[in-house]
Amino acid sequence: MSVRTDPHAALAEVTDPEIPVLTIEDLGVLRDVVVEGERVVVTVTPTYSGCPAMDEIRADVRAALQRAGWDDVEVRTVLSPAWTTDWMTDEGRRRLQEHGIAPPAPRHDGPVLVRLGVRCPQCGSPDTEELARFSSTSCKALWRCLSCREPFDHFKAH
Amino acid sequence: MTVTAVDTAVAQYCLRLGDDALVLAQRLSEWSARSPQIEEDVALMNVALDLLGQARSLLQLAGEREGAGRSEDDLAFLRDETDFVNAQLVELDNGDFGRTMARQLLVSAWHLPLWQALTASTDDGLAAVAGKAVKEAAYHLDHARSWVVRLGDGTEESHRRVQAGLDEVWPYASELFEVDALLEGLVARGVAADPRALEPAWRAAVEDALAEATLTVPETTWRPSGGRRGTHTEAFGYLLAEMQHLHRSHPGAQW
Repeated sequence: MSVRTDPHAALAEVTDPEIPVLTIEDLGVLRDVVVEGERVVVTVTPTYSGCPAMDEIRADVRAALQRAGWDDVEVRTVLSPAWTTDWMTDEGRRRLQEHGIAPPAPRHDGPVLVRLGVRCPQCGSPDTEELARFSSTSCKALWRCLSCREPFDHFKAH
Repeated sequence: MTVTAVDTAVAQYCLRLGDDALVLAQRLSEWSARSPQIEEDVALMNVALDLLGQARSLLQLAGEREGAGRSEDDLAFLRDETDFVNAQLVELDNGDFGRTMARQLLVSAWHLPLWQALTASTDDGLAAVAGKAVKEAAYHLDHARSWVVRLGDGTEESHRRVQAGLDEVWPYASELFEVDALLEGLVARGVAADPRALEPAWRAAVEDALAEATLTVPETTWRPSGGRRGTHTEAFGYLLAEMQHLHRSHPGAQW
């Protein structure tokens, strides 16, 4: 019998294949980890409906748990409740910023839509503009800073 | 598991919505590397990817409810033209960029209230898909609307072309609001969204966009119909041939 280590610790190492600075926990994609005897049941949820990284995430979860000694792994994918950027951890937001991606603002689902400005992750200037509503992945938009002139990705509130 | 008449009806409804999303995703993908700007190439492929993701969830759900062991891939790649139950609007040729965006406005302005309504569906699977799709549809509508306004209220040439594209696709939108016995039954059970209840929101959103775009709301001169019963336009066969060819010629191919 193999020695099993803490499944939570093993999963803390699994990163998002498209934004590797974030772990799936930081991103809010990892919803639940339950140990049932010799079996671990992991629940994940996709960011967007068409997220192409889900297959890889499921394979990475399985591999990380197997390395931690868990051979009996079930990965469940749920759609509800729908993923939101509000589930992103503070640590995740900090790491995005550090890597040049402006983190998402909190969602305002109330009656009034508040559009907060986006700060440049390079120089911190609030003087920025949106270049395109979409970018290299579903979850980002392309922006540029009008102070330092650098283009940057902004993780959209969703 | 016993498949009830309700399961069969829900499966058919999921198939309709799934085929709408799948076929439109395929059409939008034709713009890959052909869009007017690189940013727009990225945008259209992102929208297509969202729609493809919605289609996968819906076809998977259709396969489960149908209970005949068909997977999402079986449903997407191994059905023939007359088995597809998408609205004809989504299968029409893209035409120029103006026409593509006019159609995108009409579809997204329908998708948004549709998914909003379906978040309250009594079918948990459908409600879960809707909960994700509604956020994506809001973004798609915003994008299509901004292009229609930009083209309509742009140059004489862009105005003329987007108006012409809109006039061509407009009649097909009526199919989105058709009611038949299947829908009547599912609306009564709280599973499906009532198309009659969606139309005012759709019309308001579309007319508001067209007014800002200085475009004329076309008159509905004729009402194409039949997509939900497997009757399709000439353009559809070519789309399916391209979409299904690889899977059918090389069963089980992977890369």
